[in-house]
Amino acid sequence: MSGHFESHFPESGSVDYADQSTNIDETTIDELRELAGRYPQPRSALLPMLHLVQSVDGRISPRGIEACADVLGITTAQVSGVATFYTMYKRRPAGKQHVGVCTTALCAVMGGDILLERAKKRLGIDEGQTTPDGQISLERLECNAACDYAPVMMVNWEFFDNMTPQKADELLDKLLADEEVVSSRGAVITTWKEAERVLAGFPDGRADEGPSAGPASLAGVEIAREKNWKAPAADAKPAAPEQEAAQ
Amino acid sequence: MTDLLTPVLSEQWGTPNSWKLARYEATGGYRAMRKALTMQPADLITLVKDANLRGRGGAGFPTGMKWSFVPQDNPNPKYLVVNADESEPGTCKDIPLMMATPHTLVEGIIISSFAINSHTAFIYCRGEVLHVIRRLQQAVREAYAAGYLGKNILGTGYDLDIIVHAGAGAYICGEETALLDSLEGRRGQPRLRPPFPAVAGLYASPTVVNNVESISSVPSIVNHGADWFQSMGTEKSKGYTLYSLSGHIKTPGQFEAPLGVTLRELIELGGGMRDGHELKFFTPGGSSTPILTGEHLDLPMDYEGMAAAGSMLGTKALQIFDDTTSVVRTTLRFVEFYKHESCGKCTPCREGTWWLVQLLMKFEAGTAQEGDVDKLLDICDNIGGRSFCALADGAVAAVTSAVKYFRSEFEQGYHTPAWELFPYEKSALFAAEGDVR
Repeated sequence: MSGHFESHFPESGSVDYADQSTNIDETTIDELRELAGRYPQPRSALLPMLHLVQSVDGRISPRGIEACADVLGITTAQVSGVATFYTMYKRRPAGKQHVGVCTTALCAVMGGDILLERAKKRLGIDEGQTTPDGQISLERLECNAACDYAPVMMVNWEFFDNMTPQKADELLDKLLADEEVVSSRGAVITTWKEAERVLAGFPDGRADEGPSAGPASLAGVEIAREKNWKAPAADAKPAAPEQEAAQ
Repeated sequence: MTDLLTPVLSEQWGTPNSWKLARYEATGGYRAMRKALTMQPADLITLVKDANLRGRGGAGFPTGMKWSFVPQDNPNPKYLVVNADESEPGTCKDIPLMMATPHTLVEGIIISSFAINSHTAFIYCRGEVLHVIRRLQQAVREAYAAGYLGKNILGTGYDLDIIVHAGAGAYICGEETALLDSLEGRRGQPRLRPPFPAVAGLYASPTVVNNVESISSVPSIVNHGADWFQSMGTEKSKGYTLYSLSGHIKTPGQFEAPLGVTLRELIELGGGMRDGHELKFFTPGGSSTPILTGEHLDLPMDYEGMAAAGSMLGTKALQIFDDTTSVVRTTLRFVEFYKHESCGKCTPCREGTWWLVQLLMKFEAGTAQEGDVDKLLDICDNIGGRSFCALADGAVAAVTSAVKYFRSEFEQGYHTPAWELFPYEKSALFAAEGDVR
């Protein structure tokens, strides 16, 4: 909170101007400029630039907002207006590992509500909070686009599919103990800050890790292969209208 | 008679290294691009029009027609923007496509950009899918290295750049004009239309915004022709598409079939419902499409079939709920989603979704008052069709369709909590400990 007033909506509000700490240096500024240079109009780079700020500062910091504004030649108000609109931008330091549990309708019904309650208890924090040691932050997710693997969780925006209470416990314990964790459909988990750097547009060389697809993605393809079902041959013609009428 | 499943886009998803350029080319990848670059752009537009490819992102607008709206005499640059912000609850088809075969999308972008005379294309991908973004970044890098992107592609004189852009967590950016504002580095808030993006889109220049699946379907049409594409599907809904099954069935997943397959057929392919349970309701195309019930199992899942049943084909995201599920609970959750994702620009949406949630919470807790069902519908009446975009209409559709089919279940919310009527632990896939409210 800025200290000027208290928002009626506790999850809302500004970035934390009371905390002026930052790791942004000349290298970061150069990278912000590089991102701005990738687009026909520099301001288009603002979302990636804010991802980069998070990868350096672990949150949207006041200095990060200034730096983006300086590079783009816009006001800090314009930058913070954008930074506070999108849920992936964190106004408080996120954990080293950022964990989410999907509780949109389908995942909630399939067990997501149970998983979220359990994660809160196990970590001793509420959603939107970070463990006191800074290891894990927890978020209630809106649909994670992995509904055929429900109920799902995520760590640093990598998929954790078909979760159960036992799998969730093991996952959190490993993350707390800094042990290696691998995504169901992705790479070895690094850190949230490193993930944010990739989202900003600086690849980490891990694209070749993990499978091409998970089992649910292949459900139809495998049935088709067993039954030898295929798309029509290249010389296929549309059905004549009368045939269609008979169907 | 075509087969029940017709994998085209998903055919190579299971092969090792399917995301790599070498693997993609070994299975015929980039042949369509070579062919297209020898054609006239106008002929490509005609080809896609003739195939009758309709947008796979929800609205079903003919893709070729969208391309033809781009005014070629406009002096500004033309842009192609791929909407990869897959966020509609239930929708999970573009993510596996981009993860397994990102080059299908890249090839589709090259052909489509060439057709509309664009030299800069964007893939606006939701930010919450790190590994998908890695694969997209790598695929674009590989395509540059192979000479398929950049200056003078394959010696044709055609130039194209693709920029992979990660969003930052906002469902509304799947709405095409909000997406464009977001891509300009602003809050993702929808614009008033007209002007439509084809005339004044990104940077107020002519812009085509297409869904991932639509663009990825283009190479197959170039390879095999419009007749081939039209040999699949129904009278007005042509071609193949990805149906995404999730929820209380034995084998959820992606099923690529000709348009017009029925849900009964799809559920059977998915191994049927969970043992001992029956279908209660489903969304045909994400949570913004009105729910349907068991009486609709044999309708063709195409644009017309779903519209005739009072719903929409949407993204073909079939979220399937069985008889253990409280419709009051799922309706509340759907509306909470829209409340959370409302951009706040239009008052009916910003305030209305908030009020719907307040009231639905009472229904869930069994503390609603006699007559509150009508109040719910009255609020919906004051929200629907009164905003810039369709986000609030999605919330309204979830409520009105649920009341239409399950009014008595809402009326039980006057006295009995939903979790007593439908113990929540019975809907979960695993045994729960303690209270799961």
